[in-house]
Amino acid sequence: MGGLYTRPIYRLAGDRGLLVEYGDAIDPEVNRYVRAMSIALSSAPPPGLKEVIPTYCSLLIYYDPLLTDPTKLQQGLENLSEHLSNIILPLPDTIEIPVCYGGALGPDMDFVSEYSGLALKEIVRIHSEPSYQIHMIGFTPGFPFLGGLSKLLYVPRLRSPRMLVSAGSVGIANDQTGIYPIDSPGGWQLIGKTPFKLFDPSRPRPFLFKTGDLLKFKPITLEQYSSLLTSPKGNNK
Amino acid sequence: MMQMFKVLEPGAYTTIQDRGRLGYQQFGVPITGPVDEFAFRLANLLVGNSEDAAAFELTVLGPSLRVLGEADVAVTGAQMPVHRNDEQIPVWISFRVKPGDTIRVRMARNGCRSYLAVSGGIDVPVVMGSRSTYVGAKLGGIEGRPIMKGDVINRGESGLLHAPRRTPVDLVPDYPNRILVRAMAGPQDYHFDEGHETFFNEEFVVTSKADRMGYRLEGPVIKLKEGAPFSIISEPSVPGGVQIPPDGQPIIVLVEQTSGGYSKIATVVSSDIRRVAQAKPGDRIRFELVDLETAHSLFRRQEDLLQRTKELFAT
Repeated sequence: MGGLYTRPIYRLAGDRGLLVEYGDAIDPEVNRYVRAMSIALSSAPPPGLKEVIPTYCSLLIYYDPLLTDPTKLQQGLENLSEHLSNIILPLPDTIEIPVCYGGALGPDMDFVSEYSGLALKEIVRIHSEPSYQIHMIGFTPGFPFLGGLSKLLYVPRLRSPRMLVSAGSVGIANDQTGIYPIDSPGGWQLIGKTPFKLFDPSRPRPFLFKTGDLLKFKPITLEQYSSLLTSPKGNNK
Repeated sequence: MMQMFKVLEPGAYTTIQDRGRLGYQQFGVPITGPVDEFAFRLANLLVGNSEDAAAFELTVLGPSLRVLGEADVAVTGAQMPVHRNDEQIPVWISFRVKPGDTIRVRMARNGCRSYLAVSGGIDVPVVMGSRSTYVGAKLGGIEGRPIMKGDVINRGESGLLHAPRRTPVDLVPDYPNRILVRAMAGPQDYHFDEGHETFFNEEFVVTSKADRMGYRLEGPVIKLKEGAPFSIISEPSVPGGVQIPPDGQPIIVLVEQTSGGYSKIATVVSSDIRRVAQAKPGDRIRFELVDLETAHSLFRRQEDLLQRTKELFAT
């Protein structure tokens, strides 16, 4: 299943949006193509292009209907695609996110331990081992959807979502893991918390990472958590 | 920067919006901005502002404001009675206010959202390129929240009008309880067969779950095609997209959502999103299928109308 389509599929998303699908499954080759096209578009935007939103296997293009239309945009994309092999795709950045696992900061750790049959130490090791690729950012500002969670850690969502999950909480649910960047409702099992502020509109770069980057969790102690809270990237700076 | 209003009563849900926050959707920050862009832009034009100046978006019940400085004000959108002191003022026109005046905007008789613009635009800090309030992430506006009693609101520098402006009568929309909304098929219309017929032939009722994020509708169940997945890999959503969750009851996505994991059977054309924005719980919606060409000509027609109004005001 999956893989790069031989030709992209163009779908109309209303009269101002064009959705371009390069594949229909989580596949690194598809994602490389999406990233290359997204870079190509930002360095040579066709007329009327307003915003490009990359996700794991597709791009959404917002355009101004007074200046262009999907036929012209499609032509523009196809011209660009001939030169994509010339684009040197920068290696994805790897962002390290410190996490204090378990205890009061990871209130669902006991459930996860029971469900998976793994001890806390094992869960921490398995969860912090991979470099997770950021497939998409959404749900709330800066919420990363991460691919590559170990099957050993697949757990169901909460039966009833929490009304309030505090900023920095790290959760797992089904085949996904992620971090809640702001206080919000949430239904994932919470296993830890980062002292870092993922989203701060007052920073020149409000977000710590972008779609396509790699994210690595680094286990820290409660003492380290407390002291990092007041660091420049911290939640209580 | 000049002090303009003191909030006596905030109204039901009054936020500060400019035309929206572009460029951060890939980070999960929705565009926000006015849901009824047409009424919003006209309110600004009526007081001599550029169309993207910040103004108040009023929901169902408007605020009461003490005037602190001289300026021109206009209210457009839903029919909410507007009073300057004891005098009722027609909507869709500009009027002059002076320090000590009180503006009161009462419950909507028709429609759901109004826009109150003031000369120079509302002045709040620009956050990530926009003044628009996004309450979900406490961003923009005043501390990222709806206005509150006691807030002092500033306006930007600007001259005042030489003569009041009024919107040409044929441009003032009415807001009936039954609306027809034009929509294009897709982007995931291929996940539906008979559901497509249901969607474009039946009538749907606006539920109480209707806000700037989206409108949940209730009506006959829209079935997914045999074998179509209940959810798709999450993808960006555009304002107007109509999601069909597993219960088959459509949700029209508006301006405070960036992504979604349900198939979208159709997308409301951008010139008709304002009709959705003015619908209230209990109102009825029908969808009419149009193609891209029709949608674009509707879009151009709306832009032409605004352009001609701008020229009319300038002469």
